[in-house]
Amino acid sequence: MRIDYLSDMGPLLLNLMLAIPFVGALLVLAAARRSRSAAAWTAAAVMASGLVALVPLLPATLSGDVLTTRIPWLPEWGLDIALRLDGLGLLFTLLILGIGLLIILYAAYYMPAYDRLGRFYALLLAFAGGMLGVVLAENTILMLVFWEITSLTSFLLIAYKYEAFDARIAARMALAVTGGGGLALLAGLLLLGNIAGSFELTVILAKGDVIRAHPYYPVVLVLVLLGAFTKSGQFPFHFWLPNAMAAPTPVSAYLHSATMVKAGVFLLARLYPVLSGTELWLVLVGSTGAVTFAYGAYVAILKHDFKGLLAYSTISHLGLITLLFGLDTPMSAVAALFHIINHAIFKASLFMAAGIIDHECGTRDMRRINGMFKYMPWTATLGILAAGSMAGVPLLNGFLSKEMFFTETVGHFAFQGYATWLLPAFATVAGVFSVAYSARFVHDVFFNGEPVDLPKTPHEPPRWMRFPVEILVGLVLIVGLLPQIAVGSILQAAAGAVLPSGVPEFKLAVWHGWNLPLAMSLAAFGLGLTYYWRRQYLFGLHEKYAPKIASPVAFERVYRDAGRLASWLLRVIDTRSLQRYLATLVVFVCLLGVWAWMSLPGRPLTGPLPSTPVDGAAIAALAGLLVGAVGTVVWHRQRLVAVIFLSVVGLVVSFAFIRFKAPDLALTQLSVEVVTIVLLLLSLRFLPGEVTARSSSLRKLRDGGLALVGGAGVAALTYAMLTRPFETISGYHLANAYTGGGGTNVVNVILVDFRGFDTLGEIAVLAMAALGLHALVDGLRLKPYAESAKRDADRHPVMLAEMMRPLLPLALAVSVYILLRGHNLPGGGFIAGLIAAVAFMLQYLASGIDFAAARMRFDYMRILGAGLLIATATGLASWLFDRPFMTSTFGYVHPPMIEKFELASAMVFDIGVFLVVVASILLALSELGTLSRRELIAKSSSREES
Amino acid sequence: MEFLVSAAIGLLTASGLYLILRPTTFSVVLGLTLLSYAVNALIFFGGRLGASAPPLILPGTDGHADPLPQALVLTAIVIGFGMTAYLVALALKAKGESGNDHVDAGEER
Repeated sequence: MRIDYLSDMGPLLLNLMLAIPFVGALLVLAAARRSRSAAAWTAAAVMASGLVALVPLLPATLSGDVLTTRIPWLPEWGLDIALRLDGLGLLFTLLILGIGLLIILYAAYYMPAYDRLGRFYALLLAFAGGMLGVVLAENTILMLVFWEITSLTSFLLIAYKYEAFDARIAARMALAVTGGGGLALLAGLLLLGNIAGSFELTVILAKGDVIRAHPYYPVVLVLVLLGAFTKSGQFPFHFWLPNAMAAPTPVSAYLHSATMVKAGVFLLARLYPVLSGTELWLVLVGSTGAVTFAYGAYVAILKHDFKGLLAYSTISHLGLITLLFGLDTPMSAVAALFHIINHAIFKASLFMAAGIIDHECGTRDMRRINGMFKYMPWTATLGILAAGSMAGVPLLNGFLSKEMFFTETVGHFAFQGYATWLLPAFATVAGVFSVAYSARFVHDVFFNGEPVDLPKTPHEPPRWMRFPVEILVGLVLIVGLLPQIAVGSILQAAAGAVLPSGVPEFKLAVWHGWNLPLAMSLAAFGLGLTYYWRRQYLFGLHEKYAPKIASPVAFERVYRDAGRLASWLLRVIDTRSLQRYLATLVVFVCLLGVWAWMSLPGRPLTGPLPSTPVDGAAIAALAGLLVGAVGTVVWHRQRLVAVIFLSVVGLVVSFAFIRFKAPDLALTQLSVEVVTIVLLLLSLRFLPGEVTARSSSLRKLRDGGLALVGGAGVAALTYAMLTRPFETISGYHLANAYTGGGGTNVVNVILVDFRGFDTLGEIAVLAMAALGLHALVDGLRLKPYAESAKRDADRHPVMLAEMMRPLLPLALAVSVYILLRGHNLPGGGFIAGLIAAVAFMLQYLASGIDFAAARMRFDYMRILGAGLLIATATGLASWLFDRPFMTSTFGYVHPPMIEKFELASAMVFDIGVFLVVVASILLALSELGTLSRRELIAKSSSREES
Repeated sequence: MEFLVSAAIGLLTASGLYLILRPTTFSVVLGLTLLSYAVNALIFFGGRLGASAPPLILPGTDGHADPLPQALVLTAIVIGFGMTAYLVALALKAKGESGNDHVDAGEER
């Protein structure tokens, strides 16, 4: 029975459990600044609190309840943060958190003392969070997101010792293989969701029959299996796994036992109810598992590096788990789940024991490490027990799942008649290899004479470094001796999630009587030990006859060739010339426009709208524009003259805005014009007065032609647009500005209210441009050109300076007035910001940068940040009132003495806009202004030196 | 009037295009400024020419101009300044790095 308050807390706990590792990763980073042990304790506390959060959920989940939660994320895309805790998820959660906790303890001793461990634990926790997300996701797309998080974080963990070349190569390979599999998986899950009509597992799992009958079933299956097999290191994608041994041993122990590679088999288990039960599943999953199982076991014994041996053993055992799922009988699925537990326990302990030996000996070469039993008897005992479990020695947990496997191979439904003996024989042969490599690990490392030429004398490790291994080996024994009590209930719950149509009755027991599987086990032991005994002879045979398969080398070759192809392609396509790029772009756009117009029926240009009468002012303005634009073009080589002509154009554009009823735009354009011109003038100082580069006449002719065609095209387009009637969506804005937004200036209400989110983005862009400019110019040293340098005296006319100073408060008052009235009359944050910026800028111009900088000691970057914060906070504030982001409100206040006036929350937003605009402009201008100061200071200091 | 406005925008576009195809950084800055005038005007005139009052909801007004293009253009003008400023900084940086003001840093190809 479930207690009620728990069912209320369940969703919260589940969400917490997933959030804890990610938040914890940040905490660890902070703790690592304090000390190494603070980082370790924090990391351990994070993992432990995840386990604590799980405890209240245990009883219900073990009894078969499925707990689901949902936080809407992108509901219209069918993507929510939907989580699910069932028996399968529980099994993996326990492994991830439990073994994770032991790994954290172990790593504190294993990792070198100079490492502060902040990065290590943060990555490890983020990785654990990713794994938890995979096993707890209810939404398959969400599962994929976490799947990719595990790929990325494992990449970073494998490359933890990034200064080592092989670590970087190994990490890249792991990322390429598992990331590629992730892409296939994404496609498979999208298809699956499409067929099932939902990305929710609850829906998908219930539609197994529909999915299996669908014509796309084989495609889905292959894509999903690609994801699972790459992650689980199945042949032929196994090669990244041994290379990943470049990671620190705690990482290997974690990745190879409870996580990462188990994510692949988890996926098989998760989608087992949907995808299994077909011939194709049996063939694909069964054969891949079988090949991997045998291949990994065969190669393992050939490795002299014991981490390499363990890596291939991991591949082999994952192959076994895959094979068990592939056999596709209810009992084999149970055996697969059981072996997932057993393998996690003994492999984690083996890796940790191996890490201790590596730590104590300074090498991992089994040809040099011998006789460790004498030096560290206690660690050796632990290692021998764990290796025994790996080999399947009775009374240890590995034996139980292996016996279950042997039982399933006997009389399997796919091998009837004369083929009955095939599967058991294959299983026994693979068993022989497993026994042999386990024997090599035990005999070579712990016995077999004396160590050869070790860099240091090994001895027992610190007490607590061994502790995690002791716990795990204890579990090996407990599960091995009392399986039903130890894991019976969790296995039952997990099997319930994998086999929704009914879990077969099973009882885990050590003794099943004298039967064929036991005989197979005994045969495997006998032959395996013989194989190990005669290994030199067999190694010789391998050297002579085995084909040289070097997947990593092949992978690297493909990788390198792909890189070469890309750079060759880039050389061909990329002309590295801005002029050519732009010319191509213009030609392309022109052709596109012509093509679009040509394909219109009748090719009409003039629309039905009656034309408005021309007035004299308009003709005068066009004349001004002509002078300005043509002048800019003609004199563009004389920069100062060109800037003057450009300002004429800006002025005419401002007039046009006034003429066509856009007072806000006119105000904006005018003030932007002022700052732009000052900006351009500031830059002129550092550019040669006369342009040196010249184009050929042919080039000019070509560009001129292009420009004319482009200009004519845009003119035609404009004319076509202006003469056609249109539907505007502004009716809504006009109708609702006053009632809904509390302002009569509709342009401003759109900016700060209706489309406030856009404006937030736009001021962010402005801030980024200013910061980018700062980053570019910061530290830049430029020589002013000789001619302008002569006028370096930097005189500031007294009249101008004296006039500008009292003008500042006046101008600021105007700016504030413009800001406040903006909601109702032309004005607002943008214009007010521009006016204030111009007011400050005038001080710089009139009195010189030294005078102004000494008096206006603002940190523009801080103001910039404050403005963005204010604008964002106004938007967020609406969340406090349970409204969507950036909902605005307004009201009227009646202070005594003065007329009532209106206050809108959007005004606060406008203040944010104001600050960002002021700070961006002044940051840009003062940066360019100080460029010249820098040079002067450098000059005067060099003069003093000489 | 429609023809006049179209011609003006075409003129700005043509001048801008010619300038951005020049080999010096400063010309590109000038050209982009002209182009942004043209684009802003094009968007602005998406509200057509016939308005008889600015988009202010004041008593007794009618025939308001379309406020949406105006709002779009207002921020575009300010961002245009940001772009120009960044471009100028980029030009100066390129000058500092390569010693000349060619758009391709003087790499003759």
